[in-house]
Amino acid sequence: MHRGETERLREALAAATYRAMREAVIYLPADVKQAILHARASETHAVAEGEYENIAKNIAAAERLGVPLCQDTGVPVVYLTLPRRVPFSPVLFDAVAEGIRRATAEVPLRPNVVDPITRHNTGDNTGTGIPAVHVRPGVRFTVTVLPKGAGAENVSRVVMLLPSQVEKIEEIVVGTMLAAEGRPCPPVVLGVGIGGTFDSAPALAKEALLQPIDRMDVFEQKLCDAVNRLGIGPMGLGGNTTALAVKVKTAACHTASLPVAVNVQCWANRHATVEVDW
Amino acid sequence: MLGEPPCNRGGGLVNKAVIQLTTPLGDEILALHAGDRVELSGTVYTARDEAHLRMKNEGIPFDPKGAVIYHCGPVVKDDKIVAAGPTTSARMNTLSGFLLDRGVRGLIGKGGMDATVREQLRGRGIYFAFTGGCAALAASHMTLKGVHFPDLGMAEAVWVIELDRLPLVVGIDAQGNDLFEAVLEHAQRAAGPGQRRECT
Repeated sequence: MHRGETERLREALAAATYRAMREAVIYLPADVKQAILHARASETHAVAEGEYENIAKNIAAAERLGVPLCQDTGVPVVYLTLPRRVPFSPVLFDAVAEGIRRATAEVPLRPNVVDPITRHNTGDNTGTGIPAVHVRPGVRFTVTVLPKGAGAENVSRVVMLLPSQVEKIEEIVVGTMLAAEGRPCPPVVLGVGIGGTFDSAPALAKEALLQPIDRMDVFEQKLCDAVNRLGIGPMGLGGNTTALAVKVKTAACHTASLPVAVNVQCWANRHATVEVDW
Repeated sequence: MLGEPPCNRGGGLVNKAVIQLTTPLGDEILALHAGDRVELSGTVYTARDEAHLRMKNEGIPFDPKGAVIYHCGPVVKDDKIVAAGPTTSARMNTLSGFLLDRGVRGLIGKGGMDATVREQLRGRGIYFAFTGGCAALAASHMTLKGVHFPDLGMAEAVWVIELDRLPLVVGIDAQGNDLFEAVLEHAQRAAGPGQRRECT
């Protein structure tokens, strides 16, 4: 690929990343808005109804004003799909970072990214390993951005169960939410990663959050019902819906292992996908 | 109220009049009850972990008498509040006592605070819950007035904000009633004895 083409690729991917980030932090996906509407309609607890009123007004205000839904605009987690024609190179990573820097200045986003030890803030939402970029083959050239806020990320967890403890998975999911209390801004979406290795189970759990939440299989519905029996409700103030949905992704694992990860996501289950024009 | 299943408490509260409050807060707040809906106007000061530590070590840069602290790290651009929802208050559990001792009467945040803060509020202060994630809604009720400790960065600085009727719920009242605690007792019972919420 000659230099002009490389530059065009860099600009196209940076522009698409910027657009995906902007869309993600301002506009909730339709399935998430629908799930919140449904939770609001089925709520019977007075304080919870007030919380849903604020949430509905907030979603409308963000859209009307073109400003982020939540001041915690998260850390950028990015997924790329590459068709055969797109070469894998460092340009992809540079372009994604450029798009995030642009979004930070222009949307604007809150600069959240710091050195883990010195806590020095880089000021532009990039740093070593951030944005986290996950690349895989695909039919279309797309960039998906999942800005992840800290309140929900901080109460997520990974547990290495024994192979004989498959029936304990529900207990881990419910226990994660019980320990989280109102801190992750419920009603939450729970991404559950089952299998893989110690490091890949949480990655599966995060990817599960990208799945449509307007449908659940029997296992996911059972987990969701169990979480909702806790009655934690919106913001931990009590209510019928604690989880809007539970989504599960699995991977094969060692015969002696059963990794289970629960990635907690706030009601603002933000993510957006943009096709790269290249 | 404590011990009552939280999901069965529906009904009356929503129709109750919204109570108007203006800072600085005084003894009128002692009559508030957990679950009351409030609209707050007047000055509030944002503060998160770093600002609390700075104020504890170097002093409070505003008059704390009747003041309200907002657990929030806003997005600010061109001297305007763009987005300013609440952050998780529990991170400030061990950092709030000195503020209440100096005359602060209100804390705003999300997720509730622990039993220590509940006792520190008794007879003198209120914990108000604002809906997490509602940063655009919050910003539409706010005007930026100034900043202390700007060197701490956008998220951690103390921003001085004028509120116009921000919609809040009384999470912990001055009699020790705590909506969050009542909900958690219910959740613990629902989860059964095999689950303990402390085991994070």
